[in-house]
Amino acid sequence: MTAVQEPKKLEVPEGHVTLVIDDVEVVAPKGELIIRTAERLGIVIPRFCDHPLLDPAGACRQCLVEVEMGGRPMPKPQASCTMTVADGMVVRTQRTSKVADKAQQGVMELLLINHPLDCPICDKGGECPLQNQALAHGRADSRFVDVKRTFPKPINVSTQVLLDRERCVLCQRCTRFSAQIAGDPFIELLERGADQQVGTEATSEITALNKTSEGKEFASYFSGNTIQICPVGALTSAQYRFRSRPFDLVSTPSVCEHCSSGCAERTDWRRGKVQRKLAGNDPEVNEEWICDKGRFAFRYATAADRITRPLVRDKATGELVESSWTEALRMAADGLATARDAKGAGVLTGGRLTVEDAYAYAKFARIALRTNDIDFRARAHSDEELSFLASSVVGTTPENGVTFTAIENAPAVLTVAFEPEEEAPIVFLRLRKAARKNNTAVFHIGQWTTTSVTKTSASLLACQPGGEAAAIEGLATHAPDVVEALRKNGAVIVFGERAAQVPGLFSALTKLSAETGAKLAWIPRRAGERGALEAGALPTLLPGGHPVTDAAARAEIERAWGVDEGTLPAEPGRDTSAILAAASNGKLSGLVVGGVDPNDLPDPALAREALETLSGNGFIVSLELRRSAVHDYAHVVLPIAPSVEKAGSYLNWEGRRREFGTTLEGTGALPDGRVLDTLAVEMDVDLFTQTPASAAGDFARLPSVNDSSANGSRPSMLEVPAAQVPSSLGGPSALLATWRQLLDNGSMQDDEPALAGTARPVVARVSESTARALGLNGTATVSTARGSITLPVVHADLPDGVVWLPADSGDSTVRATLGAGHGDIVTLARGEAS
Amino acid sequence: MTEPRKPAPVTPVLTKTWLSPRSWTLDTYTKLEGYTALPKALKASPEQLVQLVKDSGLRGRGGAGFPAGVKWSFMPPNEDKPHYLVINADEGEPGTCKDIPLMMADPHSLIEGCVIASYAMRAHHCFIYVRGEALHCIRRLNAAVREAYQAGYLGKNILDSGFDLDIVVHPGAGAYICGEETALLDSLEGRRGQPRLKPPFPAAAGLYAAPTTVNNVETIASVPFIVNGGSDWFREMGTEKSPGPKIYSISGHVEKPGQYEAPLGTTLRDLLELAGGMKDGIPLKFWTPGGSSTPMFTAEHLDVPLDFEGAAEAGSMLGTTAVQVFNETVSVPWAVMKWTQFYKHESCGKCTPCREGTYWLTQILERMVAGNGTEADIDTLLDVCDNVLGRSFCALGDGAVSPITSGIQYFRDEFLALCDKQKAAPALAGAQA
Ligand SMILES: Cc1cc2nc3c(=O)[nH]c(=O)nc-3n(C[C@H](O)[C@H](O)[C@H](O)COP(=O)(O)O)c2cc1C
Ligand code: SF4
Ligand code: FES
Repeated sequence: MTAVQEPKKLEVPEGHVTLVIDDVEVVAPKGELIIRTAERLGIVIPRFCDHPLLDPAGACRQCLVEVEMGGRPMPKPQASCTMTVADGMVVRTQRTSKVADKAQQGVMELLLINHPLDCPICDKGGECPLQNQALAHGRADSRFVDVKRTFPKPINVSTQVLLDRERCVLCQRCTRFSAQIAGDPFIELLERGADQQVGTEATSEITALNKTSEGKEFASYFSGNTIQICPVGALTSAQYRFRSRPFDLVSTPSVCEHCSSGCAERTDWRRGKVQRKLAGNDPEVNEEWICDKGRFAFRYATAADRITRPLVRDKATGELVESSWTEALRMAADGLATARDAKGAGVLTGGRLTVEDAYAYAKFARIALRTNDIDFRARAHSDEELSFLASSVVGTTPENGVTFTAIENAPAVLTVAFEPEEEAPIVFLRLRKAARKNNTAVFHIGQWTTTSVTKTSASLLACQPGGEAAAIEGLATHAPDVVEALRKNGAVIVFGERAAQVPGLFSALTKLSAETGAKLAWIPRRAGERGALEAGALPTLLPGGHPVTDAAARAEIERAWGVDEGTLPAEPGRDTSAILAAASNGKLSGLVVGGVDPNDLPDPALAREALETLSGNGFIVSLELRRSAVHDYAHVVLPIAPSVEKAGSYLNWEGRRREFGTTLEGTGALPDGRVLDTLAVEMDVDLFTQTPASAAGDFARLPSVNDSSANGSRPSMLEVPAAQVPSSLGGPSALLATWRQLLDNGSMQDDEPALAGTARPVVARVSESTARALGLNGTATVSTARGSITLPVVHADLPDGVVWLPADSGDSTVRATLGAGHGDIVTLARGEAS
Repeated sequence: MTEPRKPAPVTPVLTKTWLSPRSWTLDTYTKLEGYTALPKALKASPEQLVQLVKDSGLRGRGGAGFPAGVKWSFMPPNEDKPHYLVINADEGEPGTCKDIPLMMADPHSLIEGCVIASYAMRAHHCFIYVRGEALHCIRRLNAAVREAYQAGYLGKNILDSGFDLDIVVHPGAGAYICGEETALLDSLEGRRGQPRLKPPFPAAAGLYAAPTTVNNVETIASVPFIVNGGSDWFREMGTEKSPGPKIYSISGHVEKPGQYEAPLGTTLRDLLELAGGMKDGIPLKFWTPGGSSTPMFTAEHLDVPLDFEGAAEAGSMLGTTAVQVFNETVSVPWAVMKWTQFYKHESCGKCTPCREGTYWLTQILERMVAGNGTEADIDTLLDVCDNVLGRSFCALGDGAVSPITSGIQYFRDEFLALCDKQKAAPALAGAQA
């Protein structure tokens, strides 16, 4: 007798059920949709409307399967994308059920009767779920011999999204994305039956009754995602339409270079040219979404003013002329060495570098220029911020700091001096998801009910611009419920670059966090800031985050770098403003600039003066992708590579490493680290940053403030009293509230007219009563001694006596024109009739 | 074969006041025992009322025949969220003409039923969603609601019971799909009416995501009579599984079309008698037992008992008891085409089978009726119907194919006859005759 092997019993963990799909027994978590369980078994059920990140719709009926419950077959086939698994369920998909197979073939045939056969000219052809699934699950021929439904082609859903309605299969993915994920119902389903179509307020026949976008501003920062999730070629991008076929493209995984979210992307290119960018799938970070800037803003790298050859200033003519790398590097090295040996040279890196490149600048400053005069903050900044970054941010990682997931799961989130949708759109999406799915209580300290407030169902705690620190200090008295909410385990407080413009805010936040236990998350706007902090591109911090005043850390780094003891300067250096001030009054002789626009700085005039002075009596080396604001002052301009043409990594705001390889190889463009490495060699110093990999390796050997074996501890936080804001200014004086919009004049959005078309309208916002008091009907003029800005006025729930301007949109170039920033006093008057 | 069941003699219940002078006024209603059930109900507990309705065997009159008491018992016993009662007065099923006459002639029996049902389900808001085209009816309902408020049957502390109820009469905007209960809820919330995914069912998350029961007008109007008469009395009428009286709306080729109240289980033969027989004596050809969404019957089915079971056993459904009668002068393919055009026009567009299926089926039928059909078209019709039936998101799609499949089942020859021309000299598909 042979022993019959007992079939192995499946382990059923708590909260799981056992079911059978196509004769295979499977354990699945309760609540899982059949279509997902099947997928885990490798059984692909065709689908259109189903999307794992959208609420189930059950609309297309493509995913029908046969289901048996408790031994009783259900009378009709069921949509596997809406039905959850249950114990003892028996599911038969198209593979084992004739009924399911016929149902699926039937639905496919019905979907195709009104679908045009224009695959050869359709953008989606070759990567089309309809095409693929029709081949796999459809009939070879159609019995439909009658008249197809047609529509005029195409309609502009926005400047960047076009819709060919006859291709649409009405799966509602796009409308559900807009309504659920982005919270921008800018497209809606209109009409009914076979006339049903996706449309906008503009395309709707009964506009008054059928308002989309709730009748509000017609724009979304996330519309590109609808193109990517459209399972047919109905939604196309104005930028990519008819440019390429998917099978002619090479796809390279990449990381977005715009904001500090660090989204995973896929860059599709052909013959050395980027054709499009798509969202990558990274559940921890961007899930499957990216913002429109990340998707559409990439042609800046091929703009006409791209610099590809080194330039040196011709002694005779005073003009910049093309030169060889050898000559340019020689000149740069000589000039910088002279400057260093005179009154010293400083480094302004800009906020857009990879970790590896930032590290090269930091090391270059320390050992080639022998200075701590280095700062990545090409924007308003403060000592208080510096102190906060050193005491609370540097060295944090997703393991010990706040993450996207932590925001999603937080019981409460307070945002202050931070406009999520404008400054870190993926943070905004997570916050919205948290509010929508997990009932996270969101509080926003700001000036008016912005889209970030409404779409995250946040409570606005309005304060004067500049009064944010005082507002935080007053929370316990004025909003004890907020403090209570922040005491809950997992609560998070989020703030951004604007915090540096509000004296006392970092101190107040540090206290609030200590009191409540809520974790702090600093979310800078630019992709490179978090990495530059870690790499030591600051006057007080060494690479790895130890203070420059920490002798032991210095010594360790000197050993690691193989330089003489005492090479590293022990005194804290100057920050961006101080560097520029020193340069303008002759206390600094040279500058290496990786990216600074005077118009981003609190005092553009001072910055210009500094550059002016150095261009006459000092020495400026500018590393540029395109002609920058520094270009005209520089003695040597060295071209560097854009992110697509190099490898490296960003640290996103979570402190998560976002590594990427080179997308476009062999363009000859060099990363900053390589240029600095060669320049250093000319100055008889070795950086070991020839390649991003070697820079990363070199950096990794240094002691990190995060690693407990390292000696020394974090400096404590500087205590700064909260700024007091005048409660009422009266007359024409007003307080300025201002921040940057996601889509604005930023140079990395150049050459993208379709993208620019969805920027928010450039308007000034004031409260209705302020508008009335000052007679602002139509336009308003905001002015300072430096200049004035005149814009159309829109009413918002701002505090009285406050005017809001977009910081750098259209004609509203606040720093450049007014020399003012968030919280400053300006004059507000009725706009000159234009 | 079982003996055809004989209907009990017709003793009007729901329609008994309809012919009284100014029957729609509170005055007439109260004179004729109106609002006598309400005080009794308010003295009982909600649970007792739910049990009473369960015991009576009252089944939904909106088409599906779901036991009303069972539906009520799905409402949560607590009041963590507001509860809503929504009255489905959309009456969109082709041929159906009972709810609007009821509300025109006797709105107070509906209102009294609403108060009792709301009390039983702990609802303090009741919405009556009336088909938008029925303007006159909406006005009359509003007037009746006003009267009821004035008399203290609505509003705060009704009849000193401590129970509060507000009724809102809400006009629809003229879409058949808005009679489907979840689409109705969307429409009531101000959205485009399209059916919702279930679960969650309305009793868990209905109107404004709060516990909601949707009942048909006739269902709720029956409730005061059950409270007064008791469940045993109610069960004396109709059949075992389909008890109670029912308003049959008879239209088409009969001498006296109209609303006829009869116990459930009455046959067409009896109904025709009530309606004065076939018009001008022209023989019956086909008919619907419960609106166009229920597969058609023929003269063979004169003795089918018209209750939920009887209609189903004979291959159709009771639906809304909208009896549409067609005599021998009517072409079945033509009638089927007209019905299909209706479904194409009314498909909400949400799901593929119904949206695309009705679009396609209509074109085939129009082509056939124009004389450009082929025999293959009949197979295609049936197969497309098979791909729609039970595949669509809601029951509209199922209903849409009923006329076609049943029409071809009983009258295939008529469809074939339309193809003769194509047999002789096949034209290009789609070409006009
Ligand atoms: C397409 C469609 C249209 C419907 N139209 C109506 C209607 O006009 N009136 C109605 O009472 N029920 C209608 N129903 C049925 C409702 O969905 C629901 O079953 C009924 O209102 C429940 O009430 P009852 O249980 O009292 O019958 C319709 C169903 C479908 C699928
Ligand atoms: S069957 Fe589908 S398309 Fe038709 S009405 Fe129902 S949901 Fe809408
Ligand atoms: S994928 Fe399941 S209904 Fe669309």
